[in-house]
Amino acid sequence: MVLDKKNNGVSASTTATQPLWLLAEITYQCPLQCAFCYNPTDFDKHTQNELDTNSWIKVLRQARDLGAAQLGLSGGEPLLRKDIEEIVTEASSLGYYSNLITSGAGMNEKRIDALKDGGLDHIQLSMHDITEEINNFITNTKTFKLKQKIAAMIKDRGYPMVLNVVLHRYNIDHIKEILEMAEGLGADYIELANTQYYGWSLVNRDQLMPKREQVIHAEKVTNEFRERIGNKMKIFFVVPDYYDERPKKCMNGWGEVFMIVTANGDVLPCHSARVIPNLEFPNVKDTGLKGAWYDSPAFNKFRGDDWMKEPCRSCSEKENDLGGCRCQALLLSGDAESADPVCTKSPNRHLIDQAIKDTENPGVEAKPIMFRSNKNSKKISDGEEKERLEKFHATP
Amino acid sequence: MTIDTKDIYKIAAHHRFQWEKAQDCYVILFPEGMVKLNGSAGEVLNLVNGESTVEFITETLSKKFTDVPNIAKDIEGMIELALDKAWIEKVN
Repeated sequence: MVLDKKNNGVSASTTATQPLWLLAEITYQCPLQCAFCYNPTDFDKHTQNELDTNSWIKVLRQARDLGAAQLGLSGGEPLLRKDIEEIVTEASSLGYYSNLITSGAGMNEKRIDALKDGGLDHIQLSMHDITEEINNFITNTKTFKLKQKIAAMIKDRGYPMVLNVVLHRYNIDHIKEILEMAEGLGADYIELANTQYYGWSLVNRDQLMPKREQVIHAEKVTNEFRERIGNKMKIFFVVPDYYDERPKKCMNGWGEVFMIVTANGDVLPCHSARVIPNLEFPNVKDTGLKGAWYDSPAFNKFRGDDWMKEPCRSCSEKENDLGGCRCQALLLSGDAESADPVCTKSPNRHLIDQAIKDTENPGVEAKPIMFRSNKNSKKISDGEEKERLEKFHATP
Repeated sequence: MTIDTKDIYKIAAHHRFQWEKAQDCYVILFPEGMVKLNGSAGEVLNLVNGESTVEFITETLSKKFTDVPNIAKDIEGMIELALDKAWIEKVN
């Protein structure tokens, strides 16, 4: 019996093509209107054809059989669904480690108790800032006090306290105070997620993107805080890929470990995969998850590296990041098979450099933010925002 | 941290240890994470139950794996690692 200490006692990954994480984007409706939401801007099209309770239960069972063990119940705001308690109870009996990813809107004493009774393992609460002003501005709603209240409720019920803070130019300079707030609330985990530019956040990129020195400062403060607090609170700092030289290994590889089922039943390898043209994604109304995962052309499209073009194909680092994000490549360059433009070896890196340069140009930032609302979604679906979207190669 | 043979450990709060049929291995699940354990790591943690001492775990596994020399050291190493990762907590 030899323990493999080099690999933390964990056997080498044999997870290839087995879903371990299921993200159920159970509804696209949300009372908040966050400017950085990664949901598709045309979500309005998918709000009338949501899966019913029985369909979700079928999804949970099928994904569990395939090997999924982590379950995220997300949205939109999942608490807008009246059947979330029933879905959680089923998830628990199937042996999922379940996570409700929420803004807190729609939570109350009765529901949090029912969720606990149903076996929900943890709640990830989004927080936005230490100031009421920025919280209410970026979400376009008066939700600051609500979040403080829900955080206390989560703690009181004995859930692990997991906070998620999306960072952007309006709150990133408050990072120290945000971390202190998390400590004060008794958070066990805090995810400081620099905005990734998809969906609404891409539409609002010029307004949201911090300057380079802001990012450097935030990372420094986070590291100092982490050193001080040790194991008491785990801090994840999701680096902003635009300020990196190599792309992220998006979703840990296309169709490798993540499976997403959207409100209307589409089965996706990542949140924004539908931006890629000429790919038809399976839908649970027509097909089982096993066929979707193993046999659908969409899930097989970017597995392995046969699809790669130069400079990725012959790149010595290709295993590190698998060429980065296919959606980002498509949205920014128009070619989903090209290198992620974040990579400094990409012929399209100038697109990222320009976005970084624009953070220094007050004129670019001055355009109004387009908040995530049904009205704005309809506007985008109807093609009314052409000018704002013209530099992207698909509707984000 | 030194491990004493009389120590008793349990799976840490907010963590869950379970067998995964589809993976054919034990896993530890926690917020935002999942760790697949190799065979020997899984065997050790399967006996970490808030009641058994390290001594009892060692005896049990020695009987099960008679061909492994110096198994006590491996078990101690695994418990140290699990403590360091905060997957388990000391009870006594």
